[in-house]
Amino acid sequence: MGQMADNKGQVLVVTSGKGGVGKTTSTAALGAALAHDGEKVVVVDFDVGLRNLDLVLGAERRVVFDLINVINGFAKLSQALIRDKRLTNLYLLPASQTRDKDALTEEGVAKVIEELRTNFDWVICDSPAGIERGATLAMRYADAAIIVTNPEVSSVRDSDRIIGMLDTTTAKAERGERIDKHLLITRYDSSRAARGEMLAIDDVLEILSCPLLGIIPESKEVMRASNVGSPVTLNNVLSAPARAYFDAARRLKGKDIPMLVPTESRGFLNTLFGRKAA
Amino acid sequence: MRMFQFFGHGSAPIARERLKILLAHDRIECSHPDLLGVLREEILAVIGRHVSFEPDNVRIRLGRCKSTSTLAVDIEIPNGCRQPDVVSRPNRLTFDSGLDNNVSTTNQWVI
Repeated sequence: MGQMADNKGQVLVVTSGKGGVGKTTSTAALGAALAHDGEKVVVVDFDVGLRNLDLVLGAERRVVFDLINVINGFAKLSQALIRDKRLTNLYLLPASQTRDKDALTEEGVAKVIEELRTNFDWVICDSPAGIERGATLAMRYADAAIIVTNPEVSSVRDSDRIIGMLDTTTAKAERGERIDKHLLITRYDSSRAARGEMLAIDDVLEILSCPLLGIIPESKEVMRASNVGSPVTLNNVLSAPARAYFDAARRLKGKDIPMLVPTESRGFLNTLFGRKAA
Repeated sequence: MRMFQFFGHGSAPIARERLKILLAHDRIECSHPDLLGVLREEILAVIGRHVSFEPDNVRIRLGRCKSTSTLAVDIEIPNGCRQPDVVSRPNRLTFDSGLDNNVSTTNQWVI
């Protein structure tokens, strides 16, 4: 997709309703994967008051201005954008840590998103948890949504609620258009699902009736990457979650990639003793 | 639940069934957040054209069973008010849709 016909980027919102399911991890991982593949990407933190995207990207000590400063006219967009040190075409627009979500205005967000859209191939908005102002503004101007879901009852229920909101309260929905929705299932454990201990992919898809973007396996690599301030797709490119995120990013670009759940490569002893039949 | 576990299955089938039922209800509520209020107003407007009653003496309940929802409308009508001829001396009007146990006494209409 790269440069679209009208030379405007795609605006994505990464949302879930429930907290702790992997929105920020997924925003960073997908943003880095797209940038790694040559796209010009900005990730925008909408979690005003509880910003974390800067931390996951390892840019926490470089934040000077933030989204609220730009909305208030206190800083220019170019002053607030932080360029990633590993990938030159990956940028971060951080959230404010000190203000509250009421500092976000609809007009202000619209203006910032529009400016980003003309300068980037992909604008990825990391939504806060919940269904309050911050979450509704994060999805407000999106062309498409990535709904992050764990195969677990409360997460699936909240995702259903968010899907309902995407279909009614976004600017696109109000214009009578359909917002594209992609389901990203994270923390998936295929052996537990095979044993009937965890909702299977088909169960989640049947319940939410939403096209699948990718399946990210449960992995220690995710925390290892956030510990060191690196998107998992850059920290260990060959790890199972990184490969799953790269596949998902390529599907976003319209590539037809078979839906597999990447597995960790295992040592000889693990292969002999570790794995139950899946 | 124990049956599933006894035969070696996990708890995922239970999660799936619980979610399906729950989301069916959630979707109705979210798409129509004030469903009960709207139903109340419209039902009372229709009843009010034929019988007089105190709005305070009206109870409307949405109930939930495993596979169906129920709507119960219970209206107390003062004795001696204007009533249709077909019913002899009712003083209570009860609608019951889909309830398992039909509420019916001599002093009620059950529709």
